[in-house]
Amino acid sequence: MIRIIIKYAVMFISLVLIQVLLLNQVQFSGFVNPYMYILFILLLPLNTPRFAVLMLAFLLGITIDIFSNTLGIHSAATVFIAFIRPLIIRIISDREEDRSDYPGLKQNKLRWFLYYAFLMVVFHHIVLFYLEIFTFSNFLGTLFRILLSTLFSVFVIVLSQFIIFRE
Amino acid sequence: MRSLFRFLIKNYPFLLFIFLEAISLVLIFNFNNYQKVKYLNSANQVTASIYNSFNSVVNYFALVKINRELAHENATLKTILQTVPRIEIIPDPIFSEGVETDSSFRFISARVINNSVNRTSNYITLNKGKKHGIKPDQGIISREGIVGVITRVSDSYSIGLSVLNQRWSISTKLKKNDFLGSLAWGANEYRFANLLEIPFHVELAFGDTVLTSGYSSIFPEGIMIGTIQSFLQPEGGNYYDIKVKLSTNFKALTFVDVIDNLNKAEIKKLEHLIQDDPNNN
Repeated sequence: MIRIIIKYAVMFISLVLIQVLLLNQVQFSGFVNPYMYILFILLLPLNTPRFAVLMLAFLLGITIDIFSNTLGIHSAATVFIAFIRPLIIRIISDREEDRSDYPGLKQNKLRWFLYYAFLMVVFHHIVLFYLEIFTFSNFLGTLFRILLSTLFSVFVIVLSQFIIFRE
Repeated sequence: MRSLFRFLIKNYPFLLFIFLEAISLVLIFNFNNYQKVKYLNSANQVTASIYNSFNSVVNYFALVKINRELAHENATLKTILQTVPRIEIIPDPIFSEGVETDSSFRFISARVINNSVNRTSNYITLNKGKKHGIKPDQGIISREGIVGVITRVSDSYSIGLSVLNQRWSISTKLKKNDFLGSLAWGANEYRFANLLEIPFHVELAFGDTVLTSGYSSIFPEGIMIGTIQSFLQPEGGNYYDIKVKLSTNFKALTFVDVIDNLNKAEIKKLEHLIQDDPNNN
């Protein structure tokens, strides 16, 4: 139990630092910004109590917000995906034996993890980008940015699964 | 009553979700009113010191470039010194009245420790704060031109809005005919901003220089903003659609100067008097 807590605490801190110090400085063509920190929510064990997932999501989002001066935006998006996570998992894993307790890449099929990561990231980005712009004018332009950023975020998340956080 | 409790307990994740989202939304709206939230920003001790130490490591790799820039700036300043006629040590009593206003600005050098260009509201964090004499509403400029304005200050760090922020606009003038306008960022490209309020009768040309007007107490007159990249006359409008190429490269900011207007309090007081004067209206 203690080992798991320490592992997730280290993951929390390193993901926040990677996000604010490296990924927030990365810009492809001005607007595309990969968000990798939600990997923390993705990788929480499936038997984590739901209130804990929500609270951790809020804590993670507010930490990113404080670093990037966007108070409330990241926390709203992260809490949202933390809430819909059980739903997404139920939708994409059709048979009971498909599920592993730990939703990482190694414990599940690549196809399953790609679906999972893509859906979580896309919902996170939709909430995040529309809250940041706070208007539905230029709806399609924002949607294009969301899709482009989603591709980069999923790429970074899957890549990180191959390199670190393998467990 | 009991069934209500049972309902609440059964649905507690949903209620917690609504609660946390509500907090987030409240924070978003309060932060827009950006003087309110005091500690939850990147000028606080913890976040700023993380940025500062990371930045001081990264800066080592940029030292060659920074040195070159400083040498270049030195050379430019020396050239200007050569061309300026020798300054009289004893001021001319008749002439000094008019000249004195220009010496009311003090420059404080600072290092940029965090910066973004890809949001709709971009901020700059600097490594100087209250104890170095930095106060809110002071202008920030770089060697290349205008950068932003200080909004929040902690003991040894400060945050400013950069030009790439939709929350403010800058009073400008055209260099060639002193025509006034205002500059606002359109939240799309970090190299370009829009120049507003220039009517059709003004003659424009590609590459015209845009400077600060000096009509606000934030920036002195004549600081470089950028050059006109393109302009068109929209149908049914009275004003040009002008795209300005900003002279400052916001992606490559390292050292900036904060402008302290020593006469600001006096100017503000004077302007306040006029607003209060009933005869004025």
